[in-house]
Amino acid sequence: MAVDKLLKDEATEEKGERARMASFVGAMAIADLVKTTLGPKGMDKILQSTGRGNSVMVTNDGATILKSLHIENPAAKVLVDISKVQDDEVGDGTTSVVVLAGELLREAEKLVATKIHPMTIISGYRLAAEYARNALLQKVMDNKEDEEKFKSDLMKIAMTSLSSKILSQDKEHFAKLAVHAVMRLKGSTNLEAIQIIKKPGGSLKDSFLDEGFILDKKIGIGQPKRIENAKILVANTAMDTDKVKIYGARVRVDSMSKVVDIEGAEKEKMREKVQKIIAHGINCFVNRQLIYNFPEELFADAGVLAIEHADFDGIERLALVTGGEIASTFDNPELVKLGHCNLIEEIMIGEDKLIHFSGVEMGQACTIVLRGASFHVLDEAERSLHDALCVLSQTVNDSRVVLGGGWPEMVMAKAVDELARTTPGKKSNAIEAFSRALLAIPTTIADNAGLDSAELIAKLRAEHHKEGSPAGIDVISGSVGDMAELGISESFKVKQAVLLSATEAAEMILRVDDIITCAPRKREDRM
Amino acid sequence: MALAFDEFGRPFIIIKEQEQKTRLRGLDAQKSNISAGKAVARILRTSLGPKGMDKMLQSPDGDVTITNDGATILEQMDVDNQIAKLMVELSRSQDYEIGDGTTGVVVMAGALLDQAEKLLERGIHPIRVAEGYEMASRIAVDHLECIANKFEFGAADIEPLVQTCMTTLSSKIVNRCKRSLAEIAVKAVLAVADLERKDVNLDLIKVEGKVGGKLEDTELIYGIIVEKDMSHPQMPKQIEDAKIAILTCPFEPPKPKTKHKVDIDTVEKFQTLRLQEQKYFDDMVQKCKDVGATLVICQWGFDDEANHLLMHRNLPAVRWVGGVELELIAIATGGRIVPRFQELTPEKLGKAGLVREKSFGTTKDRMIYIEHCANSRAVTIFIRGGNKMMIEETKRSIHDALCVARNLIHNNSIVYGGGSAEISCSIAVEAAADKYPGVEQYAIRAFADALDAIPMALAENSGLQPIETLSAVKAQQIKENNTCCGIDCNDVGTNDMREQDVFETLIGKKQQILLATQVVKMILKIDDVISPSNY
Repeated sequence: MAVDKLLKDEATEEKGERARMASFVGAMAIADLVKTTLGPKGMDKILQSTGRGNSVMVTNDGATILKSLHIENPAAKVLVDISKVQDDEVGDGTTSVVVLAGELLREAEKLVATKIHPMTIISGYRLAAEYARNALLQKVMDNKEDEEKFKSDLMKIAMTSLSSKILSQDKEHFAKLAVHAVMRLKGSTNLEAIQIIKKPGGSLKDSFLDEGFILDKKIGIGQPKRIENAKILVANTAMDTDKVKIYGARVRVDSMSKVVDIEGAEKEKMREKVQKIIAHGINCFVNRQLIYNFPEELFADAGVLAIEHADFDGIERLALVTGGEIASTFDNPELVKLGHCNLIEEIMIGEDKLIHFSGVEMGQACTIVLRGASFHVLDEAERSLHDALCVLSQTVNDSRVVLGGGWPEMVMAKAVDELARTTPGKKSNAIEAFSRALLAIPTTIADNAGLDSAELIAKLRAEHHKEGSPAGIDVISGSVGDMAELGISESFKVKQAVLLSATEAAEMILRVDDIITCAPRKREDRM
Repeated sequence: MALAFDEFGRPFIIIKEQEQKTRLRGLDAQKSNISAGKAVARILRTSLGPKGMDKMLQSPDGDVTITNDGATILEQMDVDNQIAKLMVELSRSQDYEIGDGTTGVVVMAGALLDQAEKLLERGIHPIRVAEGYEMASRIAVDHLECIANKFEFGAADIEPLVQTCMTTLSSKIVNRCKRSLAEIAVKAVLAVADLERKDVNLDLIKVEGKVGGKLEDTELIYGIIVEKDMSHPQMPKQIEDAKIAILTCPFEPPKPKTKHKVDIDTVEKFQTLRLQEQKYFDDMVQKCKDVGATLVICQWGFDDEANHLLMHRNLPAVRWVGGVELELIAIATGGRIVPRFQELTPEKLGKAGLVREKSFGTTKDRMIYIEHCANSRAVTIFIRGGNKMMIEETKRSIHDALCVARNLIHNNSIVYGGGSAEISCSIAVEAAADKYPGVEQYAIRAFADALDAIPMALAENSGLQPIETLSAVKAQQIKENNTCCGIDCNDVGTNDMREQDVFETLIGKKQQILLATQVVKMILKIDDVISPSNY
């Protein structure tokens, strides 16, 4: 007797071949979706949100595209997830990882069709991935010792990362910005210290890196617009009514005169606080919270520049730049470390007034001001720059570098091919398939650039037959070129992460032979 | 539905809203139950063994889980059928008791049900079948005791433990680095184990995962990791020889539970209150400082002012630390959890050799490591992996491995894996069957056949010819009188599981057989299923 109902209503189960098919198709669809954005001639996508305003986003960043999609297929979700992780971990290569995983699955599908068990494919892939990583590891360049060379490496990496983005026109300019910004971090990967301010207007070329720090705030009225040799107190304290924090306290009075008294006392309290703050010997006070009119006036009287409502990140960065500490109590002026800078002034970017701190002591944080024609351009520029910054900051920590333009894939494919020839058994088919999947990346780059990929890849393979060839695809001239000469480099860490997570994801999807989907949770329609 | 009628032809209403309920009785009920149980077992069958496949489960909210763990699959499967739910329970209880073998127990139960169905068709009463199963399970368990091996291990010689954990891990996706993971699991268990009392408190092992990096980066930390950062961005990121004050009271003015009001009606009162408030913060920080703490870990939040005072006095602090973590920190550092500032004393401080903050990736993920603790009885396994699902699956696998290691410390008997124990039991049960007079004999023989299902499934999943392989192995066992012959899943070339180092724990196997028999008995005893019809 057949069981008619094992699972709940609407829950479905797919088994064996069908399950595998469903996950292959889903994963490949996702890979094909982002495929066209790969490489310097990759195209962008428009994403329109379903939310209010149907806001539009134009992007080339794989992670951003996938993040914004609503996906039903569980296998596709795995790919979206790896792309997201790639973004968090190394910041770049988000498209490559999905494309590679998709290709691995495409090859796996062919193998499964020839009746090779998924487990055999997996063990082959594993061997191949390990071998490919080692092959790449042998070819890495490490210029950590030589500062000049290292810097030029960074520059090349930044340019390569940026060349596939909207900033490619001015990649040199932006690469310089990014390298400078990252060098200032001195090995930390805390990208928060790099502030990116977007101001529409002007052209992308007008973007600049500011050595100092720019705070997107206005100076209080009646206060000095320019302070030289500023001593800055960075604070996080209530400057509105400074409530009594003891629970249950409330004011209860029985006559009007007492109200006046208490109001006076409150004012007195605030005045005292302001006095204490001023007693630090400062001429600039930056607070995270609001500053009410009354204390602001007091500050103005004392000739102190008071800036209110700087957001939390701003405060932290400012503290980093000026070397001051974030204070909340003001009783011991001698213990509080004040921040210093040579000049505070109000500047204009476009139509907006901003406060500019220059000549700061600790150069850890910096500001990049992006200019561009529209918000979409600026958003995309920010994402691209963020990618470049991420890669650079990771490279500073792990200074191993490989060439770009499909070179690493060719190197790995060659090594994996050799492995396939020496491996006995069915596994060798899977290993061969792995090498084919690796080749898909340079193929896609060539295809996206409108080049004859078959011809180019064949040439590249021949070229790579020689030991230590630096050949890769030169998209600009449409031929095989010397990547070392063209200065196209990528970070080893990014490539390694792409290889490993793509293999891991492919393995995960291959292992599945049964998909059980629960009934979707009923949602209240809130229209 | 059968209805009873009185002498005037009116139907008796026995059950409330009788017409609306569906009812299955007698043999039909048993058969439908059996087929439901078998259906569940069928889903899990392909997950068994080192070459078993995974299942992808999509939850009602659309989250995807990919797993090989029987208990997890069944738990998330959204099962509706009552008997299927029993099977889910079965796998769960194996998970609670033993932690491993959750797939095997369900496959076993499925096989028993399959055999029972055949016996029922021959007209044997279900209770007789159940009794026969009961006898057979006793024989099997006794036999397991006979073939079990004890093996000795100590704190220095962990190799046997590692081998057993590796057997567990080899069926999971993490088998790429099963060796290192098994070592981590064993070391973690040994670190927290009380070898005298043979007791392991797994709560002391915290399994923490962070997306990113690769599986090989997974590490065991003799200490605690807290997913928090220092409360003030400018506090020191590294503290050596930390003395830790563990607090469960907020750095905020007190909030008494009783309703009260502080009335302010004069200027003086306003000012005294203000001074008091300031003093309050000062006192709190001073108290921590006085007892000599160099790090404050607090369950609650800090007021901005308190935060600054702490930082000012050079007292790093961590806020919003969860209750469980707080407890673990207290255990690890040998400190006491202090609920009030007044009760802080130097003795109550925890000690740790090194506390540091570490950041990951490009986003601002930071974690605090508390290492070199005074009492290293609490450990953390920190898992890294390519994506979220991978981490989750690794967590489950590590949990299984931990359970296995714990069971071994409880009881150091092992049996050989790869289906060898089942085959051996099957032979023993088969031989014993002939001694029982009566109908039970058939049931006992059926039990022996059911035991073969596990090696059969193993062989099938490994792409071998199931019947051919099984009969060959069985013949070998009898001929050589060697109970270690099993299915050669990894195509190593030998059937001897002793050479392949494939072990399982004795209690795990015993529990599998007992639990499966129990559930099957229960299912066989049901002869009437009344369920409300769909509405």
